[in-house]
Amino acid sequence: MVTRIDVYPTHRFAGYPLRMGQAFPFGATFVPGGINFSIFSKAANYCVLVLYERGSQTPLVEIPFRGLFQKAESEELVWGEFRIGNVFCMTVFDLPYEEIEYGFRMDGNYPRVNRGQPGIHRFNPDQVLLDPYAKGIGGRDRWGMTPNWENPFPHRGRIVRDDFDWEGDRPLEIPLEDLVIYEMHVRSFTQHPSSGCKFPGTFAGIREKIPYLKDLGINCIELMPIYEFDEFENSRYHPDTGELLMNYWGYSTVGFFAPKAGFAFTGQFCDGTQVADEFKNLIKDLHSHGIEVILDVVFNHTAEGNEYGPTISYRGIDNQTYYMLTPEGYYFNFSGCGNTLNCNNPVVRSMVLDCLRYWAAEYHVDGFRFDLAAILSRDPWGHPLPNPPLLESLAFDPILGKCKLIAEAWDAGGLYQVGRFAAYGRWAEWNGKYRDTMRKFLKGEQGILGEVSQRLQGSPDLYYGRGTGASINFITCHDGFTLMDLVSYNSKHNEANGEDNRDGGDDNHSWNCGWEGETTDPEILALRRRQIKNALAMLLVSQGVPMLLMGDEMGRTQQGNNNAYCHDTPLNWLDWALLDRYPDIYRFARSCIAFRHAHPVLRMPYHPGSELSWHGTQAWNADWHGRVIAFMLNGRQGHADDFIYVSLNMYWQTLPFELPRLPPDQQWRVFANTGAPLGEEIWDPGQEPILEDQLTFLMQGRSVAILVGR
Amino acid sequence: MAFSATLSTEEDTAKITLSGELDAASAPAFRSEIEKAAQSQPKRLVLFLQDLEFMASAGLRVLIFAKQKMGADVELYAVAPQEGIRETLVKTGFDKSLIIVDNYAE
Repeated sequence: MVTRIDVYPTHRFAGYPLRMGQAFPFGATFVPGGINFSIFSKAANYCVLVLYERGSQTPLVEIPFRGLFQKAESEELVWGEFRIGNVFCMTVFDLPYEEIEYGFRMDGNYPRVNRGQPGIHRFNPDQVLLDPYAKGIGGRDRWGMTPNWENPFPHRGRIVRDDFDWEGDRPLEIPLEDLVIYEMHVRSFTQHPSSGCKFPGTFAGIREKIPYLKDLGINCIELMPIYEFDEFENSRYHPDTGELLMNYWGYSTVGFFAPKAGFAFTGQFCDGTQVADEFKNLIKDLHSHGIEVILDVVFNHTAEGNEYGPTISYRGIDNQTYYMLTPEGYYFNFSGCGNTLNCNNPVVRSMVLDCLRYWAAEYHVDGFRFDLAAILSRDPWGHPLPNPPLLESLAFDPILGKCKLIAEAWDAGGLYQVGRFAAYGRWAEWNGKYRDTMRKFLKGEQGILGEVSQRLQGSPDLYYGRGTGASINFITCHDGFTLMDLVSYNSKHNEANGEDNRDGGDDNHSWNCGWEGETTDPEILALRRRQIKNALAMLLVSQGVPMLLMGDEMGRTQQGNNNAYCHDTPLNWLDWALLDRYPDIYRFARSCIAFRHAHPVLRMPYHPGSELSWHGTQAWNADWHGRVIAFMLNGRQGHADDFIYVSLNMYWQTLPFELPRLPPDQQWRVFANTGAPLGEEIWDPGQEPILEDQLTFLMQGRSVAILVGR
Repeated sequence: MAFSATLSTEEDTAKITLSGELDAASAPAFRSEIEKAAQSQPKRLVLFLQDLEFMASAGLRVLIFAKQKMGADVELYAVAPQEGIRETLVKTGFDKSLIIVDNYAE
């Protein structure tokens, strides 16, 4: 056993015993006898550690990193400078870590920059700054509680214990192509009173719903941002309705290392460790039920906005390092959110890497989805890089070695990299082309069957050589219409967002089935249900990785709002009563997921070759010009699986499909037929009834059938 | 209220009565009672929690320490925890490894 010989203070300040700290790791870290504080700034020449009692607006003490101190054991004065290179580091002993919140003041030799003015650096020693590496952040401890706007230190660093009783848990490492991802918002999932949860809207609430997720059959949840964000950032009241509009989705990071306290039931206790424990406990429990956790991470910008935004942390520490700036000191805005994090600066790159390593190692997170990831391939002046060092570092990182890395391969500055994202054999992409093509096909667009066929087989036109796992297939996601709205609205209805319906995309490729929005017309309602099932069926038989949007399995609507980022209302909350209203949709989704899990030939890691054949209304003879296509997968070829035949009739009339012949001892059975009457449109995998007519299958207009041959 | 932890041992059962606030400052006192209790190798550890007003993450960790120290076979009882503490036990998942009861009769 090694006993350290340096566990004693050398200096004292205002009664606080301390010594030169350790430069690594950055942040506040437990060391024997005390807490080590370490923070980078290249431009600052003055740094002070500010300690508060929890919740207090008046500091307990402000300890400089350079100046005159007392010797630890006497009143004698002694000079001290606790800095190595560009890192200020100090160990403070005997701190009651649960009771403490901390921040920093910094200054440098730069002119003071006022709000709204450009500036290379924006030092203001009057301001207390959040540690970019804070592992717990207080100040928004209860979701939606109106903050004290006068608080001079609104986002407060907390010290978090990283010992947790994992009881042997490890990340699951499920092969990417075997995942069925369920994208959800922590609060939206259980906040609605109909959830029946004891801890609604929280990590603990998700844990209560694990039996539901198991029943549905998904094996991965993708959480919309859970890094600490400020739901009150740019909050405002709707000019007509008076509704409080918030930063509800949370795509605007305050701190990259801290889980959002307001998403934890334990947030109210103002203890960073309990918040971390609650989230870790959710992950541990999900893992024990075979469900992975992917975090949606936002590294393209921060909550500090542009020249007019608040100084929270980064811009007051080292503006030029953390942000992409014009030569005058304006913020580049490739994110559409005011600023752009300078991700390919080596220091920021290290921070991103440290951050992801932390979540992978300390939280056992299984993967990450990178919001507007194309930005991560831009150099500090905004130019796209051919070999972006950050993406390369992430792809080759030892700790992230088994993590899923998923890029949203575009940004708000016009860089669109779907199919061309620097992958290094590791990166997968949100396949935006899958979404667009399948939506067009679903509403009956003609002449796109060539592209449809690519999407169904894992988009080899985009990802050849990268495998099917490179393609995250989705028809809906948090951005845009829900599946119910995709078949109920021709255009967006975003009036509730208070921007005169100007926000949100117009390229929805949606079709309302004959009436815009709510209707009682039974034919329209029936067609919408069928279209929803058509979409679910297509998604779950496509090669690649299917991703479902929370609630699409039960017909969730946002009343035609395709950009519901600002509503903490039932518009975003999942109404669990929909399960009673649309039991058939739930059953259909659940069975399609089970079918996918049961058939490895639907989850090939590589793009299909001779296993796959294309058909039309005539077997072995596809007509590539219409709205009708069918394909067959030969599961006998190397997979110990069945034959699977999928016919997609997006034409509006009934058509007979000639079925390919099976080997003599086998018969076609029908697993799904969205054109069949309710109750007969889907069967449990393994229980599929044999088709009476083995030669021809009659397909209703706008329907999908899945047959299994064995 | 100040924290206190009182240990009594009867045959196979160790009993600790807790009161006050169990946080990082008071956790070491609780921990040393657990260590004392472990010396008699009890089959059952009963924690009387009705007067415990608050338990921070450091307190939870002593419970985990107790489980590790005593061994998996030892039954761990939490008697009459107040609502806040009961919820803390539930959402941290500790309710699975400990038996929460409203009252304890020998």
